[in-house]
Amino acid sequence: MHDVLSEVEKRFIITLANKGQRADGRELREMRPINIETGLIKKAEGSAKVSLGETKVIAGIKAEIGAPFPDEPNRGVITCNAELIPLASPFFEAGPPQEDAIELARVVDRGIREAEMVDMEKLCIIPGEKVWILFVDLYVLDDNGNLFDASSYAAVSALLSTMIPKVEVKNGEVKLLDEKEPLPIRDLPVSLTFGKVGEHIFLDPMLDEERVIDCRLTIVTDKEGRITAVQKSEDGALSEKDINEAIEIAIEKGREIREKYFMPLLKSREGAE
Amino acid sequence: MDLSSKYSQGDLLRDGVRIDGRGVRELRPIKLEVGVLSRADGSAYIEQGNNKILVAVYGPRELHPKHLARPDTAILQCFYRMATFSVEERKNPAPSRRELELSKVIKGALAPAIFLRNFPRSTIDVYIQVLQADGGTRCASITAASLALADAGVPMRDLVTACAVGKVNGQLVLDPNDIEDKLGEADMPVAIMPRKRFITLLQMDGRMNKEEFIEAYKMAIEGCMEIYKLQRQALMERYMAVRKEFEEEGGGEDA
Repeated sequence: MHDVLSEVEKRFIITLANKGQRADGRELREMRPINIETGLIKKAEGSAKVSLGETKVIAGIKAEIGAPFPDEPNRGVITCNAELIPLASPFFEAGPPQEDAIELARVVDRGIREAEMVDMEKLCIIPGEKVWILFVDLYVLDDNGNLFDASSYAAVSALLSTMIPKVEVKNGEVKLLDEKEPLPIRDLPVSLTFGKVGEHIFLDPMLDEERVIDCRLTIVTDKEGRITAVQKSEDGALSEKDINEAIEIAIEKGREIREKYFMPLLKSREGAE
Repeated sequence: MDLSSKYSQGDLLRDGVRIDGRGVRELRPIKLEVGVLSRADGSAYIEQGNNKILVAVYGPRELHPKHLARPDTAILQCFYRMATFSVEERKNPAPSRRELELSKVIKGALAPAIFLRNFPRSTIDVYIQVLQADGGTRCASITAASLALADAGVPMRDLVTACAVGKVNGQLVLDPNDIEDKLGEADMPVAIMPRKRFITLLQMDGRMNKEEFIEAYKMAIEGCMEIYKLQRQALMERYMAVRKEFEEEGGGEDA
């Protein structure tokens, strides 16, 4: 996605950033408004629609019973997929996921996996034979920038809203019960993405900013404030100062977002149990 | 047979000595060769521990399909592929999601070093073939790819050098091998343009607190600076050899 205008836009965005400003009136370290709605897809075991400013992503969780990976016989399986469907942007094309969608899914997946958000050992039913397999499927509905964070919040919120049937094992047979329970949650990872342009890094790049940035840096932190996943993407370079600054902000903002958006979802599950 | 299942985490580090006998800040032995393929415009080969990787560069050349061409700059295309026999269990020859993601981040690591705007409407293609893998292949690929680009005569701001840092038993270790990567607690690949220490690749998975994270990437940069010396040496060797050939032929057409 590149056009002649972007050089002009780039200058404009740098000029604003030099004054600590952004085109939509935000500060450099300010997120767009976040809105999370869970449980809107009844056919899915869990679901969430997230809007981050004008960006919208929906995540659905489907749970199946299947075989574990041979090297991890005592653990359930979680897998992320992302679809950049053509209804979400004039630049998306129909067809199997291309590298942008694959990178997006893998970075969201890493954030959830490395923070051990879901206790996968508790999703083992019969070791080596039967485990819960969780499919986290993300559909981008409206791309107005920063799909990484919007998708990560959608995946985390959908997992928090997921209810799976209780199971009973009799003579090696698994029986699904009518009663349902929420997933065993251990952590709440929060993803934060920065754009770098000129000498500046700014939080939560919107579409106009994404078109002119040199590169992006996504940092996922867990509830202890540890860093669990990082991805620099696109073609530019970062300085050590950029990284140190981004880490500080990611830890601080991560805590805020966890408290404000994910903790209430976690608490509301306790009532559902 | 997966080697990592033979070992446990406790084997990884004993009295500061790693499973392959290295110290915590020690690189694996590295062998670099430039100009190893005849048809490619530029090429390089790297062995880093048991990794064996070949890189070819073609271009700047005409781009197909043409609609991908950009009016103001060349595009860079990277293809990171593992041979089916490069890992313990045969890899499916179709490119995996991992290979596609790595191709993308490797492109992002190399692009800042290249004067792509000198070649509008064209492409520079980097083909990376991993022949044998032993942890840290993306970093070794970047190190070799930047040599192959230099060998192709592509104008560059700097070389790109990459090195990973891992975490085993709570201890940061430089240039982790496959077992350390699989059994370890974290892995952080880093690529830099060494002259200005710009960071062009940064990934991490696992768990690190803020202090560890900062120490880890500083350690990775130190590793890169060591590898950078070897890269320069490999380029010099290549061009000394070319010069010698030239002189032996009687100094070329002008003489």
